[in-house]
Amino acid sequence: MKKVLTGNHAVSYGAKLARAQVIAAYPITPQTEVVEKLSEMVASGELKARFIKVESEHSAMAASIGASAAGARSFTATSSQGLALMHEMLHWATGARVPVVMANINRAMGPPWNIWSDQTDSLAQRDTGWLQFYCENNQEVLDTVIQAYKICEKVSLSGMVMLDAFYHSHTSEPIDIPDQSLIDKFLPPYDPKYKLDVNNPHTFGGLTGPEWYYELRYKIQKAMDKAVEVIKDVGKEYGKITGREYGLIEEYRTEGAETLLITSGAIAQTAKDAVDTLRKRRKKTGLVRVRTFRPFPKDDIKKAVSKVKIAGVIDRNISLGNEGIFFQEIKSALYNEKKRPSIYGYIAGLGGRDVAVDEIIEIAENLPKQSSKKELIWVGAKI
Amino acid sequence: MKEIIFHGRGGQGAVIASRILAVAAFKEGREVQSFPFFGVERRGAPVTAYTRLAEEEIRKRVPIKEPDYVIVLDPTLLEKNDITKGMKKGASIIINTRASKKTFKFSGKYKVFTIDAAEIASSHGLGSKSAPIVNTSMLGAFSKYTKEVGIKALVEAIRENVAIKTEDNIKAAEESYEKAK
Repeated sequence: MKKVLTGNHAVSYGAKLARAQVIAAYPITPQTEVVEKLSEMVASGELKARFIKVESEHSAMAASIGASAAGARSFTATSSQGLALMHEMLHWATGARVPVVMANINRAMGPPWNIWSDQTDSLAQRDTGWLQFYCENNQEVLDTVIQAYKICEKVSLSGMVMLDAFYHSHTSEPIDIPDQSLIDKFLPPYDPKYKLDVNNPHTFGGLTGPEWYYELRYKIQKAMDKAVEVIKDVGKEYGKITGREYGLIEEYRTEGAETLLITSGAIAQTAKDAVDTLRKRRKKTGLVRVRTFRPFPKDDIKKAVSKVKIAGVIDRNISLGNEGIFFQEIKSALYNEKKRPSIYGYIAGLGGRDVAVDEIIEIAENLPKQSSKKELIWVGAKI
Repeated sequence: MKEIIFHGRGGQGAVIASRILAVAAFKEGREVQSFPFFGVERRGAPVTAYTRLAEEEIRKRVPIKEPDYVIVLDPTLLEKNDITKGMKKGASIIINTRASKKTFKFSGKYKVFTIDAAEIASSHGLGSKSAPIVNTSMLGAFSKYTKEVGIKALVEAIRENVAIKTEDNIKAAEESYEKAK
Protein backbone atom coordinates (compact mmCIF):
# COMPACT_ATOMS: atom_id res chain seq x y z
CA MET A 1 0.00 0.00 0.00
CA LYS A 2 1.33 3.44 -0.92
CA LYS A 3 0.98 6.29 1.55
CA VAL A 4 2.32 9.82 1.81
CA LEU A 5 4.61 9.78 4.85
CA THR A 6 7.33 11.89 6.45
CA GLY A 7 10.74 10.33 7.01
CA ASN A 8 10.00 10.23 10.73
CA HIS A 9 6.82 8.23 10.20
CA ALA A 10 8.63 5.99 7.71
CA VAL A 11 10.90 5.05 10.63
CA SER A 12 7.88 4.32 12.84
CA TYR A 13 6.23 2.13 10.20
CA GLY A 14 9.54 0.31 9.65
CA ALA A 15 9.84 -0.50 13.36
CA LYS A 16 6.19 -1.58 13.43
CA LEU A 17 6.58 -3.90 10.43
CA ALA A 18 9.69 -5.39 12.07
CA ARG A 19 7.47 -6.05 15.11
CA ALA A 20 9.70 -4.25 17.60
CA GLN A 21 8.78 -5.54 21.06
CA VAL A 22 10.40 -2.93 23.28
CA ILE A 23 10.70 0.77 22.46
CA ALA A 24 12.62 3.05 24.82
CA ALA A 25 13.16 6.62 23.75
CA TYR A 26 13.62 10.21 24.84
CA PRO A 27 12.32 13.03 22.61
CA ILE A 28 14.60 15.44 20.74
CA THR A 29 13.98 17.64 17.68
CA PRO A 30 13.78 16.51 14.87
CA GLN A 31 13.25 12.90 16.02
CA THR A 32 10.17 13.45 18.22
CA GLU A 33 7.53 12.35 15.67
CA VAL A 34 9.19 8.93 15.33
CA VAL A 35 8.41 8.00 18.91
CA GLU A 36 5.14 9.96 19.05
CA LYS A 37 3.80 7.75 16.27
CA LEU A 38 5.17 4.58 17.86
CA SER A 39 3.62 5.48 21.22
CA GLU A 40 0.25 5.95 19.46
CA MET A 41 0.65 2.57 17.78
CA VAL A 42 1.43 0.92 21.13
CA ALA A 43 -1.42 2.74 22.92
CA SER A 44 -3.98 1.68 20.29
CA GLY A 45 -2.78 -1.93 20.34
CA GLU A 46 -1.79 -1.72 16.67
CA LEU A 47 1.75 -2.62 17.76
CA LYS A 48 2.20 -5.14 20.55
CA ALA A 49 5.20 -3.68 22.33
CA ARG A 50 6.32 -2.27 25.66
CA PHE A 51 6.91 1.46 25.46
CA ILE A 52 9.40 2.54 28.12
CA LYS A 53 9.56 6.23 28.99
CA VAL A 54 13.04 7.09 30.15
CA GLU A 55 14.75 10.13 31.65
CA SER A 56 17.59 10.45 29.13
CA GLU A 57 19.05 9.01 25.94
CA HIS A 58 21.68 7.20 28.01
CA SER A 59 18.83 5.36 29.74
CA ALA A 60 17.01 4.82 26.42
CA MET A 61 20.02 2.96 25.08
CA ALA A 62 20.56 1.09 28.38
CA ALA A 63 16.92 -0.08 28.30
CA SER A 64 17.22 -1.08 24.62
CA ILE A 65 20.33 -3.13 25.37
CA GLY A 66 18.70 -4.78 28.38
CA ALA A 67 15.58 -5.68 26.41
CA SER A 68 17.68 -7.07 23.57
CA ALA A 69 19.79 -9.12 25.99
CA ALA A 70 16.53 -10.59 27.31
CA GLY A 71 15.69 -11.72 23.78
CA ALA A 72 13.30 -8.93 22.73
CA ARG A 73 13.53 -7.00 19.47
CA SER A 74 14.26 -3.49 20.71
CA PHE A 75 14.12 -0.12 19.03
CA THR A 76 15.03 3.47 19.78
CA ALA A 77 15.58 6.72 17.91
CA THR A 78 17.53 9.89 18.58
CA SER A 79 19.48 12.81 17.15
CA SER A 80 22.60 14.88 17.72
CA GLN A 81 23.21 15.63 21.44
CA GLY A 82 20.98 12.67 22.29
CA LEU A 83 23.23 10.32 20.36
CA ALA A 84 26.30 11.86 21.98
CA LEU A 85 24.81 11.15 25.40
CA MET A 86 24.38 7.49 24.38
CA HIS A 87 28.05 7.16 23.45
CA GLU A 88 29.12 5.00 26.40
CA MET A 89 26.16 2.67 25.92
CA LEU A 90 26.84 2.30 22.18
CA HIS A 91 30.14 0.59 23.05
CA TRP A 92 28.26 -1.55 25.53
CA ALA A 93 25.77 -2.77 22.91
CA THR A 94 28.65 -3.88 20.71
CA GLY A 95 30.60 -5.68 23.43
CA ALA A 96 27.42 -7.38 24.65
CA ARG A 97 26.75 -8.46 21.03
CA VAL A 98 23.08 -7.41 21.11
CA PRO A 99 21.23 -6.48 17.90
CA VAL A 100 19.57 -3.17 18.84
CA VAL A 101 18.29 -1.11 15.90
CA MET A 102 18.15 2.67 16.19
CA ALA A 103 17.22 5.50 13.87
CA ASN A 104 19.36 8.62 14.13
CA ILE A 105 18.11 11.76 12.47
CA ASN A 106 21.33 13.50 11.47
CA ARG A 107 21.39 16.90 13.20
CA ALA A 108 24.25 19.30 13.87
CA MET A 109 26.00 19.30 17.23
CA GLY A 110 25.72 22.49 19.30
CA PRO A 111 26.66 25.03 20.29
CA PRO A 112 25.49 27.15 18.65
CA TRP A 113 22.13 25.39 18.86
CA ASN A 114 21.15 24.12 15.46
CA ILE A 115 18.43 21.58 14.72
CA TRP A 116 19.32 21.11 11.05
CA SER A 117 21.03 18.40 9.05
CA ASP A 118 24.68 17.43 9.59
CA GLN A 119 26.19 13.94 9.70
CA THR A 120 28.93 14.65 12.24
CA ASP A 121 26.75 13.34 15.11
CA SER A 122 26.63 9.76 13.83
CA LEU A 123 30.05 9.75 12.15
CA ALA A 124 31.56 10.67 15.53
CA GLN A 125 30.28 7.24 16.64
CA ARG A 126 32.16 5.39 13.92
CA ASP A 127 34.44 3.50 16.32
CA THR A 128 31.69 2.13 18.55
CA GLY A 129 31.20 -1.02 16.47
CA TRP A 130 27.68 -0.17 15.23
CA LEU A 131 26.63 -0.80 11.66
CA GLN A 132 25.77 2.51 9.97
CA PHE A 133 23.38 3.04 7.06
CA TYR A 134 22.79 6.41 5.33
CA CYS A 135 19.50 6.72 3.42
CA GLU A 136 18.68 8.88 0.40
CA ASN A 137 14.86 8.96 0.60
CA ASN A 138 12.01 8.03 2.91
CA GLN A 139 11.30 4.75 1.13
CA GLU A 140 14.85 3.66 1.83
CA VAL A 141 14.45 4.73 5.46
CA LEU A 142 11.50 2.36 5.97
CA ASP A 143 13.16 -0.44 4.00
CA THR A 144 16.47 -0.07 5.86
CA VAL A 145 14.96 -0.20 9.36
CA ILE A 146 13.41 -3.57 8.46
CA GLN A 147 16.59 -4.93 6.83
CA ALA A 148 18.75 -3.67 9.71
CA TYR A 149 17.03 -6.09 12.10
CA LYS A 150 17.70 -9.05 9.85
CA ILE A 151 21.33 -8.02 9.26
CA CYS A 152 22.08 -7.14 12.89
CA GLU A 153 20.49 -10.30 14.27
CA LYS A 154 22.60 -12.40 11.86
CA VAL A 155 25.89 -10.83 12.95
CA SER A 156 25.00 -10.07 16.61
CA LEU A 157 25.81 -6.38 16.35
CA SER A 158 23.69 -3.25 16.65
CA GLY A 159 22.86 -0.93 13.78
CA MET A 160 21.86 2.68 13.24
CA VAL A 161 19.83 3.97 10.31
CA MET A 162 20.47 7.59 9.36
CA LEU A 163 18.13 10.09 7.78
CA ASP A 164 18.70 13.82 7.29
CA ALA A 165 17.02 16.31 9.61
CA PHE A 166 14.09 17.94 7.78
CA TYR A 167 15.23 16.94 4.26
CA HIS A 168 13.85 13.53 5.25
CA SER A 169 12.41 13.76 8.75
CA HIS A 170 9.79 16.43 7.97
CA THR A 171 9.38 15.87 4.23
CA SER A 172 6.24 14.03 3.10
CA GLU A 173 6.44 11.79 0.02
CA PRO A 174 4.78 8.62 -1.29
CA ILE A 175 6.10 5.43 0.27
CA ASP A 176 5.22 1.84 -0.38
CA ILE A 177 4.42 0.10 2.91
CA PRO A 178 4.91 -3.63 2.37
CA ASP A 179 2.29 -6.09 3.64
CA GLN A 180 2.94 -7.36 7.16
CA SER A 181 2.69 -10.94 5.90
CA LEU A 182 5.61 -10.35 3.49
CA ILE A 183 7.77 -8.87 6.24
CA ASP A 184 6.86 -11.65 8.68
CA LYS A 185 8.21 -14.18 6.19
CA PHE A 186 11.32 -12.08 5.57
CA LEU A 187 11.99 -11.39 9.25
CA PRO A 188 11.03 -14.23 11.60
CA PRO A 189 10.82 -13.56 15.37
CA TYR A 190 14.15 -12.91 17.13
CA ASP A 191 15.25 -16.01 18.99
CA PRO A 192 18.84 -15.67 20.29
CA LYS A 193 20.85 -18.64 21.47
CA TYR A 194 21.91 -16.86 24.67
CA LYS A 195 19.68 -14.49 26.56
CA LEU A 196 18.90 -13.24 30.05
CA ASP A 197 16.61 -15.85 31.51
CA VAL A 198 15.84 -16.34 35.22
CA ASN A 199 15.41 -20.07 34.65
CA ASN A 200 18.75 -20.42 32.89
CA PRO A 201 21.04 -17.71 34.29
CA HIS A 202 24.02 -16.32 32.38
CA THR A 203 26.36 -13.41 33.01
CA PHE A 204 26.90 -10.87 30.23
CA GLY A 205 29.82 -8.47 30.03
CA GLY A 206 31.74 -9.79 33.05
CA LEU A 207 35.38 -8.97 33.75
CA THR A 208 37.64 -10.28 30.99
CA GLY A 209 41.40 -10.02 31.30
CA PRO A 210 44.06 -9.35 28.67
CA GLU A 211 44.14 -13.05 27.80
CA TRP A 212 40.70 -12.94 26.10
CA TYR A 213 39.58 -9.32 25.55
CA TYR A 214 41.77 -9.15 22.43
CA GLU A 215 40.13 -12.23 20.91
CA LEU A 216 36.67 -10.86 21.62
CA ARG A 217 37.55 -7.69 19.67
CA TYR A 218 38.86 -9.88 16.84
CA LYS A 219 35.51 -11.66 16.75
CA ILE A 220 33.63 -8.35 16.49
CA GLN A 221 35.85 -7.32 13.58
CA LYS A 222 35.09 -10.69 11.91
CA ALA A 223 31.37 -10.08 12.46
CA MET A 224 31.76 -6.70 10.71
CA ASP A 225 33.55 -8.44 7.80
CA LYS A 226 30.72 -10.94 7.61
CA ALA A 227 28.19 -8.10 7.64
CA VAL A 228 29.47 -6.99 4.21
CA GLU A 229 28.09 -10.18 2.63
CA VAL A 230 25.03 -10.30 4.90
CA ILE A 231 24.01 -6.76 3.88
CA LYS A 232 24.22 -7.78 0.20
CA ASP A 233 22.29 -11.03 0.71
CA VAL A 234 19.60 -9.39 2.81
CA GLY A 235 19.36 -6.49 0.31
CA LYS A 236 18.80 -8.97 -2.53
CA GLU A 237 16.26 -10.99 -0.58
CA TYR A 238 14.39 -7.80 0.27
CA GLY A 239 14.47 -6.90 -3.41
CA LYS A 240 12.77 -10.17 -4.29
CA ILE A 241 9.78 -9.47 -2.07
CA THR A 242 9.43 -5.71 -2.63
CA GLY A 243 11.16 -4.98 -5.95
CA ARG A 244 13.65 -2.70 -4.17
CA GLU A 245 17.14 -4.15 -3.90
CA TYR A 246 19.87 -2.59 -1.78
CA GLY A 247 23.66 -2.90 -1.52
CA LEU A 248 26.49 -1.16 0.31
CA ILE A 249 26.96 1.47 -2.38
CA GLU A 250 24.87 2.60 -5.34
CA GLU A 251 26.40 3.54 -8.69
CA TYR A 252 24.37 6.06 -10.70
CA ARG A 253 25.27 6.67 -14.35
CA THR A 254 28.88 5.62 -13.80
CA GLU A 255 29.16 3.82 -17.16
CA GLY A 256 32.00 5.43 -19.11
CA ALA A 257 32.43 8.11 -16.45
CA GLU A 258 35.71 10.01 -16.24
CA THR A 259 34.68 12.11 -13.25
CA LEU A 260 32.90 10.83 -10.17
CA LEU A 261 30.94 12.54 -7.46
CA ILE A 262 30.79 10.58 -4.22
CA THR A 263 28.33 11.44 -1.47
CA SER A 264 25.68 10.09 0.89
CA GLY A 265 22.30 10.85 2.46
CA ALA A 266 19.83 13.40 1.11
CA ILE A 267 22.52 15.22 -0.91
CA ALA A 268 22.98 12.06 -2.98
CA GLN A 269 19.43 12.25 -4.28
CA THR A 270 19.78 15.89 -5.28
CA ALA A 271 23.13 14.96 -6.90
CA LYS A 272 21.30 12.56 -9.24
CA ASP A 273 19.50 15.54 -10.78
CA ALA A 274 22.91 17.24 -11.14
CA VAL A 275 24.38 14.18 -12.88
CA ASP A 276 21.42 14.03 -15.29
CA THR A 277 22.03 17.68 -16.25
CA LEU A 278 25.78 17.07 -16.68
CA ARG A 279 25.17 14.02 -18.85
CA LYS A 280 22.84 16.12 -21.02
CA ARG A 281 25.75 18.52 -21.44
CA ARG A 282 27.85 15.52 -22.57
CA LYS A 283 29.99 15.61 -19.44
CA LYS A 284 31.11 12.11 -18.45
CA THR A 285 30.12 12.39 -14.80
CA GLY A 286 28.73 9.65 -12.58
CA LEU A 287 27.69 9.34 -8.95
CA VAL A 288 28.63 6.86 -6.25
CA ARG A 289 26.31 6.94 -3.28
CA VAL A 290 27.75 5.37 -0.14
CA ARG A 291 24.88 3.73 1.74
CA THR A 292 26.80 1.69 4.32
CA PHE A 293 29.52 3.42 6.30
CA ARG A 294 30.13 0.59 8.80
CA PRO A 295 31.19 -1.89 7.68
CA PHE A 296 33.00 0.39 5.23
CA PRO A 297 32.49 -0.99 1.68
CA LYS A 298 36.19 -0.97 0.71
CA ASP A 299 35.96 -3.48 -2.12
CA ASP A 300 32.92 -1.86 -3.72
CA ILE A 301 34.56 1.57 -3.44
CA LYS A 302 37.81 0.31 -5.02
CA LYS A 303 35.90 -1.22 -7.91
CA ALA A 304 33.75 1.84 -8.54
CA VAL A 305 36.30 4.60 -7.95
CA SER A 306 39.68 3.29 -9.16
CA LYS A 307 38.59 3.30 -12.82
CA VAL A 308 38.07 7.07 -13.07
CA LYS A 309 40.66 9.85 -13.38
CA ILE A 310 39.20 12.25 -10.88
CA ALA A 311 36.72 12.15 -8.04
CA GLY A 312 35.15 14.61 -5.61
CA VAL A 313 33.70 13.60 -2.26
CA ILE A 314 30.94 15.83 -0.86
CA ASP A 315 30.73 15.62 2.93
CA ARG A 316 27.95 17.11 5.07
CA ASN A 317 30.22 16.52 8.07
CA ILE A 318 33.75 17.32 9.17
CA SER A 319 36.41 15.87 11.40
CA LEU A 320 37.67 19.26 12.62
CA GLY A 321 41.41 19.56 12.25
CA ASN A 322 41.45 17.13 9.35
CA GLU A 323 38.75 16.85 6.67
CA GLY A 324 35.41 15.34 5.61
CA ILE A 325 34.92 11.88 7.10
CA PHE A 326 33.76 10.00 3.99
CA PHE A 327 36.66 11.68 2.16
CA GLN A 328 39.20 10.29 4.65
CA GLU A 329 37.83 6.79 4.52
CA ILE A 330 37.56 6.66 0.74
CA LYS A 331 41.15 7.84 0.30
CA SER A 332 42.34 5.30 2.83
CA ALA A 333 40.51 2.48 1.00
CA LEU A 334 42.27 3.40 -2.27
CA TYR A 335 45.79 3.86 -0.89
CA ASN A 336 47.25 0.50 -1.94
CA GLU A 337 45.59 0.47 -5.37
CA LYS A 338 48.01 0.78 -8.30
CA LYS A 339 45.49 2.77 -10.30
CA ARG A 340 43.59 5.40 -8.40
CA PRO A 341 42.09 8.80 -9.19
CA SER A 342 43.04 12.26 -7.98
CA ILE A 343 40.55 12.95 -5.26
CA TYR A 344 39.25 16.14 -3.63
CA GLY A 345 37.10 16.78 -0.60
CA TYR A 346 34.20 19.23 -0.45
CA ILE A 347 32.63 20.37 2.80
CA ALA A 348 29.02 21.35 2.14
CA GLY A 349 25.70 21.80 3.87
CA LEU A 350 26.89 21.81 7.49
CA GLY A 351 24.14 22.73 9.95
CA GLY A 352 21.45 22.28 7.30
CA ARG A 353 22.80 24.71 4.67
CA ASP A 354 21.08 23.81 1.38
CA VAL A 355 23.18 22.05 -1.23
CA ALA A 356 21.46 22.92 -4.50
CA VAL A 357 21.62 21.15 -7.87
CA ASP A 358 23.59 24.07 -9.36
CA GLU A 359 26.23 23.91 -6.64
CA ILE A 360 26.76 20.21 -7.26
CA ILE A 361 27.04 20.84 -11.01
CA GLU A 362 29.67 23.51 -10.29
CA ILE A 363 31.65 21.11 -8.11
CA ALA A 364 31.67 18.49 -10.89
CA GLU A 365 32.54 20.97 -13.63
CA ASN A 366 35.45 22.45 -11.67
CA LEU A 367 36.88 19.09 -10.59
CA PRO A 368 39.33 18.77 -13.51
CA LYS A 369 40.71 22.23 -12.69
CA GLN A 370 41.49 21.44 -9.04
CA SER A 371 45.11 21.41 -8.01
CA SER A 372 46.57 18.88 -5.62
CA LYS A 373 47.76 21.72 -3.40
CA LYS A 374 44.23 22.27 -2.15
CA GLU A 375 42.56 19.01 -1.27
CA LEU A 376 39.73 20.45 0.83
CA ILE A 377 37.22 22.91 -0.59
CA TRP A 378 34.45 24.74 1.32
CA VAL A 379 31.31 25.09 -0.79
CA GLY A 380 29.61 28.49 -0.63
CA ALA A 381 31.31 29.61 2.58
CA LYS A 382 30.83 33.32 3.39
CA ILE A 383 34.49 33.85 4.24
CA MET B 1 6.94 19.72 -12.29
CA LYS B 2 4.75 22.28 -10.51
CA GLU B 3 6.19 24.05 -7.48
CA ILE B 4 4.03 25.74 -4.86
CA ILE B 5 5.00 27.96 -1.92
CA PHE B 6 2.67 28.65 1.01
CA HIS B 7 3.25 31.82 3.06
CA GLY B 8 1.41 32.05 6.35
CA ARG B 9 1.85 32.72 10.02
CA GLY B 10 2.29 30.16 12.76
CA GLY B 11 -1.20 28.88 13.67
CA GLN B 12 -2.82 29.34 10.24
CA GLY B 13 -1.99 25.82 9.11
CA ALA B 14 0.37 26.48 6.17
CA VAL B 15 2.47 23.38 6.87
CA ILE B 16 -0.53 21.06 7.08
CA ALA B 17 -1.97 22.71 3.93
CA SER B 18 1.22 21.86 2.01
CA ARG B 19 0.80 18.26 3.11
CA ILE B 20 -2.96 18.08 2.33
CA LEU B 21 -2.25 19.35 -1.18
CA ALA B 22 0.44 16.70 -1.67
CA VAL B 23 -1.84 13.92 -0.44
CA ALA B 24 -4.69 15.10 -2.69
CA ALA B 25 -2.49 15.19 -5.79
CA PHE B 26 -1.04 11.78 -4.85
CA LYS B 27 -4.60 10.42 -4.82
CA GLU B 28 -4.92 11.63 -8.39
CA GLY B 29 -1.83 9.66 -9.36
CA ARG B 30 0.93 12.26 -9.23
CA GLU B 31 4.35 12.13 -7.61
CA VAL B 32 4.45 14.55 -4.70
CA GLN B 33 6.69 16.08 -2.06
CA SER B 34 5.85 18.55 0.71
CA PHE B 35 7.88 20.05 3.51
CA PRO B 36 7.99 23.07 5.81
CA PHE B 37 10.73 25.66 5.64
CA PHE B 38 13.04 24.17 8.18
CA GLY B 39 12.57 26.75 10.87
CA VAL B 40 11.53 26.88 14.47
CA GLU B 41 7.79 27.53 14.33
CA ARG B 42 6.06 29.97 16.65
CA ARG B 43 2.48 31.21 16.72
CA GLY B 44 2.23 34.41 14.67
CA ALA B 45 5.70 34.21 13.13
CA PRO B 46 6.00 33.91 9.33
CA VAL B 47 5.90 30.30 8.14
CA THR B 48 6.80 28.98 4.71
CA ALA B 49 5.91 25.55 3.35
CA TYR B 50 6.46 23.89 0.01
CA THR B 51 4.73 21.35 -2.24
CA ARG B 52 6.04 19.82 -5.45
CA LEU B 53 3.73 17.98 -7.88
CA ALA B 54 5.18 16.04 -10.79
CA GLU B 55 4.64 13.24 -13.25
CA GLU B 56 8.10 11.73 -12.59
CA GLU B 57 9.98 10.85 -9.37
CA ILE B 58 10.96 13.94 -7.37
CA ARG B 59 14.58 13.76 -6.24
CA LYS B 60 15.47 17.36 -5.45
CA ARG B 61 15.71 17.94 -1.71
CA VAL B 62 15.99 21.72 -1.51
CA PRO B 63 13.49 24.54 -0.93
CA ILE B 64 11.60 25.98 -3.91
CA LYS B 65 13.19 29.11 -5.36
CA GLU B 66 11.11 29.59 -8.55
CA PRO B 67 7.48 28.77 -7.79
CA ASP B 68 4.64 28.25 -10.26
CA TYR B 69 2.11 29.15 -7.56
CA VAL B 70 2.30 31.22 -4.40
CA ILE B 71 -0.43 30.95 -1.78
CA VAL B 72 -0.61 33.80 0.75
CA LEU B 73 -2.56 32.90 3.88
CA ASP B 74 -2.03 36.28 5.54
CA PRO B 75 -2.06 39.44 3.37
CA THR B 76 -0.01 41.41 5.94
CA LEU B 77 2.94 39.28 4.86
CA LEU B 78 2.86 41.18 1.54
CA GLU B 79 3.71 44.45 3.29
CA LYS B 80 7.27 43.70 4.28
CA ASN B 81 8.43 40.76 2.21
CA ASP B 82 8.90 40.41 -1.51
CA ILE B 83 6.72 37.35 -1.79
CA THR B 84 6.75 37.38 -5.59
CA LYS B 85 10.55 36.98 -5.65
CA GLY B 86 11.63 34.21 -7.99
CA MET B 87 8.12 33.52 -9.32
CA LYS B 88 8.16 31.98 -12.79
CA LYS B 89 6.87 33.98 -15.74
CA GLY B 90 3.11 33.53 -15.92
CA ALA B 91 2.98 32.20 -12.35
CA SER B 92 -0.07 32.72 -10.14
CA ILE B 93 -0.49 34.18 -6.68
CA ILE B 94 -3.54 33.42 -4.56
CA ILE B 95 -4.21 35.77 -1.66
CA ASN B 96 -6.50 35.58 1.34
CA THR B 97 -7.99 39.09 1.23
CA ARG B 98 -11.14 41.16 0.93
CA ALA B 99 -9.37 43.67 -1.28
CA SER B 100 -9.76 43.69 -5.06
CA LYS B 101 -6.95 42.07 -6.97
CA LYS B 102 -6.25 45.34 -8.79
CA THR B 103 -4.93 46.83 -5.53
CA PHE B 104 -1.84 44.61 -5.68
CA LYS B 105 1.06 46.28 -7.44
CA PHE B 106 2.22 43.07 -9.10
CA SER B 107 -1.21 42.40 -10.66
CA GLY B 108 0.03 43.24 -14.14
CA LYS B 109 3.02 40.90 -13.88
CA TYR B 110 1.47 37.75 -12.42
CA LYS B 111 -1.96 36.17 -12.38
CA VAL B 112 -3.54 37.32 -9.14
CA PHE B 113 -6.48 35.51 -7.54
CA THR B 114 -8.21 36.52 -4.32
CA ILE B 115 -10.53 34.84 -1.87
CA ASP B 116 -11.93 36.03 1.46
CA ALA B 117 -10.75 32.87 3.19
CA ALA B 118 -10.78 34.56 6.62
CA GLU B 119 -14.54 35.15 6.38
CA ILE B 120 -15.23 31.62 5.11
CA ALA B 121 -13.03 29.96 7.77
CA SER B 122 -14.48 31.93 10.67
CA SER B 123 -18.05 31.31 9.47
CA HIS B 124 -17.30 27.59 9.85
CA GLY B 125 -15.87 28.10 13.34
CA LEU B 126 -12.27 27.48 12.31
CA GLY B 127 -10.04 29.39 14.70
CA SER B 128 -11.24 32.69 16.17
CA LYS B 129 -12.72 35.72 14.40
CA SER B 130 -9.43 37.62 14.81
CA ALA B 131 -7.20 34.63 13.98
CA PRO B 132 -9.09 32.28 11.64
CA ILE B 133 -7.43 29.06 10.47
CA VAL B 134 -7.64 29.62 6.73
CA ASN B 135 -5.58 26.75 5.31
CA THR B 136 -8.40 24.52 4.07
CA SER B 137 -10.33 27.52 2.68
CA MET B 138 -7.26 28.56 0.70
CA LEU B 139 -6.92 25.05 -0.71
CA GLY B 140 -10.53 25.09 -1.94
CA ALA B 141 -9.80 28.28 -3.88
CA PHE B 142 -6.49 26.88 -5.14
CA SER B 143 -8.29 23.86 -6.53
CA LYS B 144 -10.83 26.00 -8.41
CA TYR B 145 -8.38 28.61 -9.72
CA THR B 146 -5.54 26.33 -10.82
CA LYS B 147 -7.21 22.97 -11.53
CA GLU B 148 -3.99 21.33 -10.31
CA VAL B 149 -6.06 19.16 -8.01
CA GLY B 150 -9.74 18.21 -7.93
CA ILE B 151 -12.07 19.17 -5.06
CA LYS B 152 -13.00 15.51 -4.49
CA ALA B 153 -9.40 14.45 -3.85
CA LEU B 154 -8.89 17.54 -1.75
CA VAL B 155 -11.85 16.68 0.47
CA GLU B 156 -10.55 13.13 0.93
CA ALA B 157 -7.11 14.46 1.83
CA ILE B 158 -8.60 16.86 4.39
CA ARG B 159 -10.58 14.00 5.89
CA GLU B 160 -7.39 11.96 6.37
CA ASN B 161 -5.14 14.74 7.61
CA VAL B 162 -7.30 17.01 9.75
CA ALA B 163 -8.28 15.37 13.02
CA ILE B 164 -10.13 18.31 14.60
CA LYS B 165 -13.29 19.89 13.09
CA THR B 166 -12.86 17.69 10.06
CA GLU B 167 -16.32 18.28 8.59
CA ASP B 168 -16.12 22.05 9.17
CA ASN B 169 -12.82 22.14 7.31
CA ILE B 170 -14.31 20.18 4.42
CA LYS B 171 -17.30 22.55 4.26
CA ALA B 172 -14.96 25.56 4.30
CA ALA B 173 -12.92 24.13 1.42
CA GLU B 174 -16.09 23.40 -0.58
CA GLU B 175 -17.56 26.84 0.05
CA SER B 176 -14.30 28.45 -0.95
CA TYR B 177 -14.24 26.32 -4.11
CA GLU B 178 -17.75 27.56 -4.96
CA LYS B 179 -16.98 31.20 -4.20
CA ALA B 180 -13.69 31.37 -6.11
CA LYS B 181 -14.37 33.07 -9.42
